Amino acid sequence: MSPLPVAAPMTVPVQDRAMPAIQAIDLRKEFRRRERVGRRFETTRSVALAPTTFRVERGECVAILGQNGSGKSTLVRLLSTLLLPDGGTARVFGHDIRTDARAVRRLVNRVSVEASFFKKLSAFENLSYAARFYGIRPADSRVRIPEIVERLSFPADRLREPMEHLSRGMQQKIALARALLTAPVVLLLDEPTTGLDPRSKLEVQALVTDMQEQHDATVLLCTHDLAEAEELARRVGILHRGELIALEAAAGLKLRYGAATLEEAFFAATGGRLEDEADREADEGGESP
Amino acid sequence: MMMRTELTGLAGVVERNVYLVKRYAWWEVAFFVYTVASSYTIVLIAKGIQTTGGRLDVNRVTTILLIGAVVWAYLSSIFEVLTDTVAWERWEGTIEYTFMAPLARSVHLLGMGVFAIAYGLLRAALLFAVMAFSFRLAMPNANFLGAFAVVAIASVSFIGIGMMTAVLPLISPEKGTQLGFMAQGLLLAVSGVYYDVAVLPAPLRAVARFSPATYTLDGIRSSIIGGTGVGGLWHDLWPLVVIGAVSIPLGLWVFHQGEVHAKRHGKLKRSG
Repeated sequence: MSPLPVAAPMTVPVQDRAMPAIQAIDLRKEFRRRERVGRRFETTRSVALAPTTFRVERGECVAILGQNGSGKSTLVRLLSTLLLPDGGTARVFGHDIRTDARAVRRLVNRVSVEASFFKKLSAFENLSYAARFYGIRPADSRVRIPEIVERLSFPADRLREPMEHLSRGMQQKIALARALLTAPVVLLLDEPTTGLDPRSKLEVQALVTDMQEQHDATVLLCTHDLAEAEELARRVGILHRGELIALEAAAGLKLRYGAATLEEAFFAATGGRLEDEADREADEGGESP
Repeated sequence: MMMRTELTGLAGVVERNVYLVKRYAWWEVAFFVYTVASSYTIVLIAKGIQTTGGRLDVNRVTTILLIGAVVWAYLSSIFEVLTDTVAWERWEGTIEYTFMAPLARSVHLLGMGVFAIAYGLLRAALLFAVMAFSFRLAMPNANFLGAFAVVAIASVSFIGIGMMTAVLPLISPEKGTQLGFMAQGLLLAVSGVYYDVAVLPAPLRAVARFSPATYTLDGIRSSIIGGTGVGGLWHDLWPLVVIGAVSIPLGLWVFHQGEVHAKRHGKLKRSG
């Protein structure tokens, strides 16, 4: 397999290369809603992420499992500096997500379940302007974009087509290309393979492994896919209703819950089935922010 | 090195907007036709008054109204582009990726401003040409250099105010854009776009003093109708310089406060 032609990492303000890639201490987030009760307004609070402490070492891949609404996306958005925490701290290579957000942004990129793009623009146009946001000059991106998409098995002749003409799987590959183009030191993956066909899923998974092995990237993978978590991650965490209830190697999780498979361990830890959670969310009116 | 990175980011913002204009080219044509039509209805007022027996210098009043319509179109373009900083990105779902990029917010907004000025100027110049040609307006004394100087300096203030309205969709995903139109409407009412500010009630005249559009319109009318050069426009230019110097940092501060609010309440995301 040819090496992934990602950009040379930016001059990254990694303060100490021996320090953890991600370190969260009592990191928490809640959302407040004002609702009318009779003639008064009342503020209700929902905990999206209970005080959470964990660390991810440099070059490690950690998977976080959890149902919809368990706090996975909140965790990713906190680490992406898109949310401000209500308490605790999180650092990315020593840079605080709250006080040193710009340094964090230089180190982090993200692929989420929704491949969000300007749909009328072509894949090339979307990638080209996004690369500039990371300081990559057009002369460089013109070379790198075709290389990266080729490695992703994306047909080069479709690079100039509007995104809205591409399939969901192809759009997700471009989303991955957008992240890889900026050579992130920490890659946050929020259900990156949801909705992909089996072949595309395997290709994306192979790329994640490449990023780790060849580019020393640290990966935080939030997923519903237990097999994917077991395949890619050195450690697996379980986030349940905003609480990180476990974080250890898949084998350790199975042992702890006396389970033969990771799926059984997950159900034993969360005390339910995925379908039950889906029903609960439907009753509550959807996912929290 | 740092400066080059920032300039590359700024160029990225401009590049993206150029792509969008190209991809939505036919929509641009349609909106331009709409702008011409709405400006036409306003500029025709002078001739309309004459046909009902009113006595006025039709060429002069038509030119006054035309300048109002063109400046208003320019101002609207700038506000529209800057409001899209949030509104369009939220609709497309790209907002999270843009706001988590290591691009200084000031550079991001400045990039939107640079594009807005270029786009607005092109549109306004086209509109002016089409309307002036349609009405066969005579502008024997016009000093276009003076008018351009006024527009150039006023643009800084417009961008500062645009930054303040751009943040509204971040605070209220549902109604924020409409609130931006409200701010535009307020400027329209107090700045003498189609009439002299002297006709306004005293409280509104006081507000008009703080609107950059007031000085812009006065300066452009002096240049186009009276032929005043840059040197004679100082009484309009210095307030524009002062308002511009205040509005840019104020706009950045307001936007920052809105961004912090959105990040605290989980509103910096695609679905609002």
